[in-house]
Amino acid sequence: MLVTKPRRSDQFFRVIVTSGGMSSLLILGLILAFLAYRGFEVFRLEGFGLITSSDWSVVEDDNGSVVSQSYGLAAMLVGTVLSATIGVFIGIPIAVLSALFLEFYAGRKIRNFLIALIDLMAAFPSLLFGLWGFLVLMPSAEYWAKLLHKYLGWIPIFDVPAPVFTRSPFIAGVVLAIMIIPICTSISREVFSQTPLDRIQAAYALGATRLAMIRAVVIPFGRGGVIGGAMLGLGRAMGETVAVYSVLNIVYQVNWQVLFGAGGNIASMILLKIGEADRDETNALMAAGLVLFLLTLIINFIANFLVSRLGKTGR
Amino acid sequence: MSTHGEVPQENSQPKPGDKMKTTTTPHSLADLASARVVKAPGTQPIGSGLEARGVHAWFGKKHALKDVTLDFAAGTVTALIGPSGCGKSTFLRTLNRMHEFIPTAALAGEVLLGGKDIYAAGTDVTKIRLRIGMVFQKPNPFPSMTIGQNVLSGIKLAQLKVSNTKELMEECLVRAGLWEEVKDRLGEHASALSGGQQQRLCIARSLAVRPEVLLMDEPCSALDPGSTFRIEQTISELSRTMTIVIVTHNMQQAARVSDYSAFMLSDGGPGELVEVAPTNELFSRPRDKRTEDYVTGRFG
Amino acid sequence: MSNLDQVKPGMPWLPTRKERSQKALSFLLSVLASVVLLFTTGLNGKLGWVIAFFISYVSISFITEYRRAGIPAAQDSLLTSISRFAIFLAIIPIVSILATVISKGWRGLHWGLFTQDMSQATVNDSIETGGMLAAILGTFIMVGLALIFTLPISILTALYLTEIKGKFAGLIRFLVQAMSGVPSIVAGLFILSSIVYPITQSFSGLMGALALSILMIPTVARTAEEVLLLIPNDLREAGLALGATQWRTVAMVVVPAVKSGLVTAIILGVARIIGETAPLILVTGGGDATNFNPVSGPMGSIPFYVWKAFLLGGSEESSYRTWAGILVLLVWVLILFMAARLISSRTRKR
Repeated sequence: MLVTKPRRSDQFFRVIVTSGGMSSLLILGLILAFLAYRGFEVFRLEGFGLITSSDWSVVEDDNGSVVSQSYGLAAMLVGTVLSATIGVFIGIPIAVLSALFLEFYAGRKIRNFLIALIDLMAAFPSLLFGLWGFLVLMPSAEYWAKLLHKYLGWIPIFDVPAPVFTRSPFIAGVVLAIMIIPICTSISREVFSQTPLDRIQAAYALGATRLAMIRAVVIPFGRGGVIGGAMLGLGRAMGETVAVYSVLNIVYQVNWQVLFGAGGNIASMILLKIGEADRDETNALMAAGLVLFLLTLIINFIANFLVSRLGKTGR
Repeated sequence: MSTHGEVPQENSQPKPGDKMKTTTTPHSLADLASARVVKAPGTQPIGSGLEARGVHAWFGKKHALKDVTLDFAAGTVTALIGPSGCGKSTFLRTLNRMHEFIPTAALAGEVLLGGKDIYAAGTDVTKIRLRIGMVFQKPNPFPSMTIGQNVLSGIKLAQLKVSNTKELMEECLVRAGLWEEVKDRLGEHASALSGGQQQRLCIARSLAVRPEVLLMDEPCSALDPGSTFRIEQTISELSRTMTIVIVTHNMQQAARVSDYSAFMLSDGGPGELVEVAPTNELFSRPRDKRTEDYVTGRFG
Repeated sequence: MSNLDQVKPGMPWLPTRKERSQKALSFLLSVLASVVLLFTTGLNGKLGWVIAFFISYVSISFITEYRRAGIPAAQDSLLTSISRFAIFLAIIPIVSILATVISKGWRGLHWGLFTQDMSQATVNDSIETGGMLAAILGTFIMVGLALIFTLPISILTALYLTEIKGKFAGLIRFLVQAMSGVPSIVAGLFILSSIVYPITQSFSGLMGALALSILMIPTVARTAEEVLLLIPNDLREAGLALGATQWRTVAMVVVPAVKSGLVTAIILGVARIIGETAPLILVTGGGDATNFNPVSGPMGSIPFYVWKAFLLGGSEESSYRTWAGILVLLVWVLILFMAARLISSRTRKR
């Protein structure tokens, strides 16, 4: 094998497969290149103001020519991170506990049924979550927001400047939480199910209850994978478009008060603006897309690193 | 009892060429076994012994174990021997209710600890497992804990109250024959130890919750002869204070460490208990033809 | 021997009838307690009731377990009830979503939905006029095209990772995973910036299919890689030992052995993109009229149909239209989901 030259058909095969395999590199590179190319002028115009300023405006005179333009993403960036973080904070505990229930507490039949149901939910399009969130969840979530404000309003982030509770980052966060629960549940469950059986048995043989076993064996083993799963959920929540668009009021002003009906979201803003944007503003939207792309890319890298490190070492 | 402590040592000196798994003539095995003084039941009234009454086990539809009735007197070492697949490990796992972790497992019969059925309704299974410890085939210390934490892990897992943990840790490690090797590195992670040391750490871990019975599932099968020798020594030491049941493939080991031996066999169907006798009798004068065939190395 | 035959396999570790009735009793007790709490404290509404029930259920099971077996068992029961509650919370939305879609969607269903398009109707017209023909057709065309683009790339990627195992395999695996995290709107922006603006300067179904492909590739490639990894190496070696080239081994032995797995990969990929909305809003133009031609003219799609009815509507009719559209989409997702499960469970049995 080593001395003979590979046959021509095999060489050809390897070339084809290798070039096909490189396509993901190519596609990611092209996305980066084109968005950067389009957004370059805006970077030059705004500099770091692109991510530090929150003023996004195009002023035209009566003839329709642009007098001044300003493209700042700070409010959208804060809003994106804020609602995604809320989603992770609400969603991850539910997902991890659900995974523990499915893996260690549920009977076999119930377990299989619930896993199928949760997998189905993971396949639901985000549009569905958006419309359901708008119609069904928002009225309830508004009520929860009012309760939170009533009892926890003394905490700055739960305070509101005016009693407007609809379309808040909190509500977007709840929708995102519901969207990431299925995927994070399956990742956590997958991680927990890889816990070495001999360690589990060792703990039980020492008279451990399930809780004690989980704390001593499952959690130390699965911690990295679960955190990775949470990061994947965070990345997904940040890139979500239509579901957030349906339930969030987009305002170009940084708002940390999660219950107040004003938020930001890069993806939703792109969707909102792209139809009516002129050439410059379209380029600014491309720059916004680039920022979002890089943000999710970094988070996904970290997440995949955490999840795959678990798989490799097996610990 | 003084002979008891010395005899196994004399006989288990690893001689050149005395490999653990080589087949031997019936003579040497019988000699090995009869060199031991059989501990009569009740001479060491520690704990209360264990009695299996008509134990059957199933995995799904498969009948794995049939009607095993066997007494483990307090303070004795009993070896379960037999060819692979004869149900000896399954039987061992029914003795501290580890059997039920296999999803399709089923069971019939009783296992009495101190006269009470451990399978009776309302029994707290975690308390049963505290009284009946287990050492597994593969050493399985908790990798996220240090050596010291591993020894005390049972205390923490079962939330027991212990006044002097340091003394307990030392005592357990001494009894498991590991103290001298690890006393200066208790803060290191357990994975830093060799396989044999890890297995002795697992024994020390089981001892910390002060079980009455210790079940050992082929504890030396993954270890080198030197480590095996150390563990056999440990078993002999421990047998003064507790009841031990050991599953082993190695008949020499059974002959060296056990007071009683139980031979189990499966003819393709469920595993059954063929014969139980004091170890020297079982190896020198087996009553059953099948036992004789097995201990003389004609099959298995 | 006769009494031996009567020995029945039992599971003495399962809760006895008495224990089970005790559990049921504590459940009922918590319901009762939660109702009492509801009337005696300021809690009200569904949320209030759920909280009251949760508190009483957790504490009642904690106390019963504590009295039965002490602190460790009681703490264990705490995790049991909390994790039960968590799965309950995780399941509520899916039940609510299914109920909402079905209850709202069926009123907008009529045969015209599948025979008419929206070229003669606005979203606020009565539901008998207009339908989803253009949308369904558009989705079919775009998903089909996306499949044609995706399939070779994904399978080649999977083959590279499993058969060639080149020195970039680790990197590629990493990038494919990163690609699965690309926000869908970014895929749309990319097609806009790289093809629509500089080259075609018009929206079309083809652009939609390209955007969908970017989202579909990672799903198909990863699933295909997983099934290829399941092939035992003996099979490959057997092929090579017979003197076959690697190419022939892969084509004649490896790929046929995972055929059904590849079908699953395709189904999961289609399920991933069938409901994608944002990139289609950006690049397809979202036509109302039936359009068979993917390279010219705007092309509708089911998600776009729903989105338009949702955004532009305001009337009862538009709401019916929205939810009927969602129902049609959901039925497709369900069909794909069940097909994938059916195939993978059948292969697992073999």
